[in-house]
Amino acid sequence: MILVRAIKMAGYHVFSSKEYMSRVRGGLNSTEIRISSKRVAAYVDRIDILLAINEGAIGHLGRRITKNTQIIGDEDQLKSVTGEYNVLKIPVLKSAEELGGIIFANVIAAGVISCMLNIPPEVFDQIIRGMFARKGEKIVEKDLQAGRKGYQLGEELMGSKDFKFEIEKDPSVKDELLLSGTEAVGLGCLAGHCKFMASYPMTPSTPLQIFIAENGKDFDVIFEQAEDEIAAINMSIGAFYAGARAMIATSGSGFALMEEAVGLSGMTETPVVIYVGQRPGPAVGLPTRTAQEDLNLTLYSGPGEFARVIFAPGNFKDAFELSHRAFNLADKYQIPVFILSDQYFAECNYNHPSLDLSNLVVEEHIVSTTKDYRRYELTHDGISPRGIPGYGDGLVAIDADEHDEEGHITEDLEIRARMVDKRYTKKMKLIKKDIIPPELIGSDDYEILAVGWGSTYGTIKEALNHLGWEEISFLHFKQVYPLHPDTVNYLDTADKTVIFENNASAQFANLIRVETGFEIDEKILKYNGMPFSVEEVTETLKSIRGL
Amino acid sequence: MDVKDFNMDDADVAWCPGCGDFFILETLKETLAELEIKPDNLVLVSGIGQAGKLPHYIKCNVFNSLHGRSLPPAVAIKAVNPELTVIDISGDGCMYGEGGNHLIHNIRRNPDITNIVHNNMVYGLTKGQASPTSRTEFKTNLQVEGVFLEPFNPISVAIALKASFVARAYCRDTEETKNILKKAIKHKGYALVDIFQPCVTFNKVNTYQWFKENTYYLEDSHDPYNIEQAFKRSMETDKFPLGIFYMNPDKRTFEENLEVYLEDKTPVYKRRVDMDKLERLIASKR
Repeated sequence: MILVRAIKMAGYHVFSSKEYMSRVRGGLNSTEIRISSKRVAAYVDRIDILLAINEGAIGHLGRRITKNTQIIGDEDQLKSVTGEYNVLKIPVLKSAEELGGIIFANVIAAGVISCMLNIPPEVFDQIIRGMFARKGEKIVEKDLQAGRKGYQLGEELMGSKDFKFEIEKDPSVKDELLLSGTEAVGLGCLAGHCKFMASYPMTPSTPLQIFIAENGKDFDVIFEQAEDEIAAINMSIGAFYAGARAMIATSGSGFALMEEAVGLSGMTETPVVIYVGQRPGPAVGLPTRTAQEDLNLTLYSGPGEFARVIFAPGNFKDAFELSHRAFNLADKYQIPVFILSDQYFAECNYNHPSLDLSNLVVEEHIVSTTKDYRRYELTHDGISPRGIPGYGDGLVAIDADEHDEEGHITEDLEIRARMVDKRYTKKMKLIKKDIIPPELIGSDDYEILAVGWGSTYGTIKEALNHLGWEEISFLHFKQVYPLHPDTVNYLDTADKTVIFENNASAQFANLIRVETGFEIDEKILKYNGMPFSVEEVTETLKSIRGL
Repeated sequence: MDVKDFNMDDADVAWCPGCGDFFILETLKETLAELEIKPDNLVLVSGIGQAGKLPHYIKCNVFNSLHGRSLPPAVAIKAVNPELTVIDISGDGCMYGEGGNHLIHNIRRNPDITNIVHNNMVYGLTKGQASPTSRTEFKTNLQVEGVFLEPFNPISVAIALKASFVARAYCRDTEETKNILKKAIKHKGYALVDIFQPCVTFNKVNTYQWFKENTYYLEDSHDPYNIEQAFKRSMETDKFPLGIFYMNPDKRTFEENLEVYLEDKTPVYKRRVDMDKLERLIASKR
């Protein structure tokens, strides 16, 4: 993060994404950092410079390393790298040990690259101070030394070989935000008036839990680490019942434990916002990798039938706005609303213009109850005004059993049918007026339509930019359920359709078929735990066009 | 206030005639009336089972939740609005079986709520299977050779976790039960009240007669602040002691410990997001 921040502060556009093993420490891990004169928000395979801290890095990154990759690292670590590779040896680890331990290797490495990018050392030092201030002056001083060592090594390197970085700076970047996908969601949740979160730690949703916990005091949010996921969601539903907007954050298996309570939200018409950071399953799967495998899980979660909404943000602006919107919608329709993210999206960083709060309204949907208040009063549109206990003169009774208008248990089958109409049919009809349409990127007059949802946004968009073909456009869904009625028109217009999904069964393509009858021609599926790269999407589209 | 203030005249009560739950219902209404707790300031949270239906028969705010899951919403309701009186009503299957993990951890959490558990040592709603508190050798349609699992002892478990209030009552002794309930509801912190209650349909062993013969009250000399003594007494099962076993009034409650209430006591649900602060947080990401 030091380097990413330094790059941004120096006025370059920056994107970073990390992949790592599920270990407390160690293993083979890498961070990709892209430095650009234009906005970047996508993962690429190509590696121009590889700073290899340990020996395994070369094998780990495999074919992503070519003879055009400049490998930099310690002599000891690069012994096995021979022949066609382009290697420069500098003592990163050795210098770190001299400074007091290999823990300093990262800062030294960041200093090397920072120097090569001609980032003023003052900028770098300032970032070190900011990031390590909490750890005390001694540690700050050590890390400043590490940074300077990195700069020294970087200068030697530049002297030994003629490097040319021709990346134009964009001074406006300095004033932009540097966010992660998690922070974009978290800020949206705070803006959406989230006042309660109970959760159980699980990668990759834990960073959002930390974000809320850290900001709890300043924003009046209660965060509680629940004893299990089941408790977490039932607590959050209880909090929403009592008048505080509430959410939970989890991942696949954790969410599987919550499913019963999704039905509780549906049945009792108590809102709840559910953030699912997807990772490859089933069961424990690959904890630190990425996937889009849990659309079906969220779409069909909970017994019985009731209305729901599922968002899948593809960029930080959407993540912020949809998270805010999730709370308004949950409150308005008294339903569970999902925010589907994934490891890749949650943990990537890039610079972003400011987030605009001016148009964000926190809608007020709670009513003060009167003496004759009935929680499930049958209304023409299916929405019963929602009261909360202790606010007004009425009583608020909710029930997981089938219930009457007062909220009391019933086995009256006529009421049962009317309650289903209310919870499912009527609400879905209303919700369909509020669907966010898919975003068409490119010309209206396309022959090939690439389709994506959620986190593949940046990658597919960049691939299309590279290709620069008029006849291909990209349709991105940030709301994946319910589907916008224009969906089928967009698809019908194309001669050929292709969808990219990080799963093995084309879950979104199947949903489109079920909802519209439209069968997408080509399904490009990746499920090894890594995100699509810009190159992969580019090559796939080329081959689809017969090139 | 009067018991009538809590009456639900049109409620279609689903319990069998003679069910021990009727005593608990009446005693609880009397307790609430005598404590002057207003129906609109009271939330009864329940799970599933015959006990779980009780909130439908009392005029108040109701959250009838999932099986075993009454404690999580109860603690959250209290956290979001500490001005409410929150009582969790559950049964031995719901609280000690399905919801066991929540029981353990909410004792640790210590929310200021009362947890009433109807304990009839059998599953009523599912028609007669063993519950966690069924005595050994109790025969059912599923435990055909009789129960051989060690019965769950909620009183010992709660004391071992240093619960802030632990008591057992017998529903037929309405005055004694009312006294215990009053103390439990007034107590600041988590209060467990396990109430023995015969199931007249599915438990032909632990009957009114059996409970009468197999229970007795802790002596006035019992010191409820002595955890060792309390634990020792809780282990007695030849005859079950009734009364307040243990109290730990010095524990801070969950709500008191929450950061949001350290300086400001306004219930969280009344607070609005400070957009200027959010603007500053966003700006700090530069």
